[in-house]
Amino acid sequence: MATTETTKTIGSGFPIGRETLVKWAPLLVLIVLCAFFALMEPRFLSTRNFARILIAASPTLMVAIGVTFVIIMGSIDLSMEGAVSVCAVAFAFCFLWLGGTLASWAWLALPIAMLVGAAVGFVNGLIHVKLKIPSFMASLAMGFVGTGLALMMTGGDRIRIEDELFRSLLTERILNFPLMVYVAGIFLLIAWFIQTRTTLGRNFYAVGGGEDLAVASGLNVNRVRIMGFTLAGVFFSVGALLAVGRLGIAETATGNNFMFLSITAVVVGGTALWGGIGGVWNTLVGVLIVFVIGNGMVVIGLPGYVQDGVLGILVILAVILSTDRKSISFVK
Amino acid sequence: MYQLNQVDKKFPGVHALKAVDFEIGRGEIVGLVGENGAGKSTLMKVIYGAYQADGGSITIDGKTVRFQNPRQAMDHGIGMVFQEQSLITNLTVMENIFLGFEQQFVRWGVIDWKAMAEAARHQLRKVKLDIDPATITSKLSFAQRQLVELAKVLTLEERIDGDLVILLDEPTSVLAKEEVELLFSLVRELTSRASFIFVSHRMDEVLELSDRIYVMKDGAVVDVVAHDDAKVDAIQHKMVGRDVDKEYYREQKQQPYDSDKTLVRFDSVSVAGKYKDISFDLHPGEVLCLVGTEGSGREAILRTVFGLEKPTSGTVEVKGSSFSRANAQEGVARGVGYVPRERKVEGIVNGMNVYENMTLSQMGNYASKGILRIGEEKALAKKWIERLAIKTPDVYKDCGGLSGGNQQKVVLAKWRSGGSDIILLDHPTRGLDIGAKEDVYDMIREMCDDGAGIVLVADTLEEAIGLSHTILVLKDGEFQKRFDGSPGDKPSLYDLVHHMI
Repeated sequence: MATTETTKTIGSGFPIGRETLVKWAPLLVLIVLCAFFALMEPRFLSTRNFARILIAASPTLMVAIGVTFVIIMGSIDLSMEGAVSVCAVAFAFCFLWLGGTLASWAWLALPIAMLVGAAVGFVNGLIHVKLKIPSFMASLAMGFVGTGLALMMTGGDRIRIEDELFRSLLTERILNFPLMVYVAGIFLLIAWFIQTRTTLGRNFYAVGGGEDLAVASGLNVNRVRIMGFTLAGVFFSVGALLAVGRLGIAETATGNNFMFLSITAVVVGGTALWGGIGGVWNTLVGVLIVFVIGNGMVVIGLPGYVQDGVLGILVILAVILSTDRKSISFVK
Repeated sequence: MYQLNQVDKKFPGVHALKAVDFEIGRGEIVGLVGENGAGKSTLMKVIYGAYQADGGSITIDGKTVRFQNPRQAMDHGIGMVFQEQSLITNLTVMENIFLGFEQQFVRWGVIDWKAMAEAARHQLRKVKLDIDPATITSKLSFAQRQLVELAKVLTLEERIDGDLVILLDEPTSVLAKEEVELLFSLVRELTSRASFIFVSHRMDEVLELSDRIYVMKDGAVVDVVAHDDAKVDAIQHKMVGRDVDKEYYREQKQQPYDSDKTLVRFDSVSVAGKYKDISFDLHPGEVLCLVGTEGSGREAILRTVFGLEKPTSGTVEVKGSSFSRANAQEGVARGVGYVPRERKVEGIVNGMNVYENMTLSQMGNYASKGILRIGEEKALAKKWIERLAIKTPDVYKDCGGLSGGNQQKVVLAKWRSGGSDIILLDHPTRGLDIGAKEDVYDMIREMCDDGAGIVLVADTLEEAIGLSHTILVLKDGEFQKRFDGSPGDKPSLYDLVHHMI
């Protein structure tokens, strides 16, 4: 599996073939970017700055991992913005209603939020599979429904979460990195476990790599798809929780920007859009690339709008690099 | 006027055309017959420019020509009417007729639809089809679409000054009897303007229509018969005409099957539009071969046994219990393993490694509560790699990178290791080299010895005869004849062909 090896050092893959290049290119890009920004501005390399990058990246990493599973199946999930908003707001309401501090029954708001995420994903999958609506359309529509729900619940207000125990996600640091970074790390490992060690993870690759074959091997492809979207929903909700933990605010706008950032990260990380190839380590690298660019540009003093342009170009480059155009005759 | 001289075509591992001479005169209708894989379609493709010959030459009126693509062939008056309908069904009839040649109707950058409709009507009159050229193609019947295809090719008449050669590839396969008659009378009329090359599985039709008939076998033209001398029997003999090598098909290893038990029972099963009224029993240790031409219903029967196709009438019993709902998961649970024709498409998952592919159909056996026991998976893969001598560096190798024969072994290992005892093989040796084929034959014999029942759709007739205990011959979805294939008492190729076409 292409994923576990991303953590090894470069150099083991030489001499460079096309496949090796495609496999290692994202990590190479990440290293080159870091070196570039470090040269331009030595302060980029400080632990403080890295902590800043990882704090910003953690919620997106969770969302991107969720969508990675869906993309490996060869589908796409665009519901993340609505899902994150509705999870964040649902969490905030439950949390305040149940006592407003993790030391009370309010901790139940955490699993509740994850259930909400799962429900959004489940409905997504159900619409996609049972009504046979293309996944991008089904999930995009579900995303708008989520945003609408969040707006309806909040009436446009911001909800503050001021519980110190919950905010310790950001304020409590171990080895200079706040707790939320470790939480994200744990969920990354869980995702890796699901990807490599469970039948569900294996099924994602089978469906993405050859759906006809998966059917002919007796897999329940519809069930796998619905499970995939549900799992993605759970990871969206974890992303929502970290986002709320980071800002201390839950609102409809909590979900903003997640779509572009997470899809960009997955693609830049080298997970193929037509499914079957890639994994959560690719996504980690992709998320880091996206946030290193964002952070680095601020550090060396470039305006924010340049950032978006650079990310857009990067996505196109990543797809060009990872597509074997000889084997694809038509693109729709 | 149009000639192929000593044309050769090779593909990796296959000599598809061996020094073929072919000639067609002005206004002539030439028939082309041969078994599946005899080289008919390759020859057609060389003629209309889809393939380029490796050796030999093509001449039109004595001048040597070379086509890089079908468009160039069209410019020389050679058009193809495709077997699988090549019309784009969401476009109108006239758009289809002039697809790629719209420029002639463009005035000031926009298409003059009236002019195109008028021109299309003119083409449709040639094939005596009275429909509005603005009709969406999907609304037409198959017969009408076939005529539109012909009309499309006939636009060459206006574009090209010289002679026309029109290829008809299985044009009658979707037509009813009277529609066939209509098409034939049309073709005869059109010989005033064009020559035709007619390919069909239906021998009687070829005999009826053609002035001369080319008979192909193993990539070579074995005979050319004039219309008046043509006899069905003689042609069929020429199409096959060779003996089965007993050693090659492991005939000495063929054991009698266990006729007391029944694995699969088909009782007057029909699937609308595919086949009707098929009955057979499959016993442990039996190789049952379905023989027929393309479209005779062989694949559909395999898919019905597996559960991908729902019978419209009749009962299917697998191991004594009948089922009505059709679904592949239950098929796998009943112990049916399906090895489809295209390994690349349906046999192995590219990008998944050897052990992942092997356990794909039986992941439940290698997982506790959804968590995989990968160690056991690898052990299984190692065992079968050794047992079937699969050539792979290790169990982590991406199956997409294995050779065709080894991919096939992985697929068979997948089903056998999962305990499937009803194995459906669709062209299991297609595209394999000889050594790999022999491995597959060995595996088939071994599976029988283990008590598995096999339903086989073979790549060639020799293979079918060599491997099988029982042969069912099908034609157009209907049962023709049952042959017993015990060693030493096998039917000849000719016996089969006689009932196939």
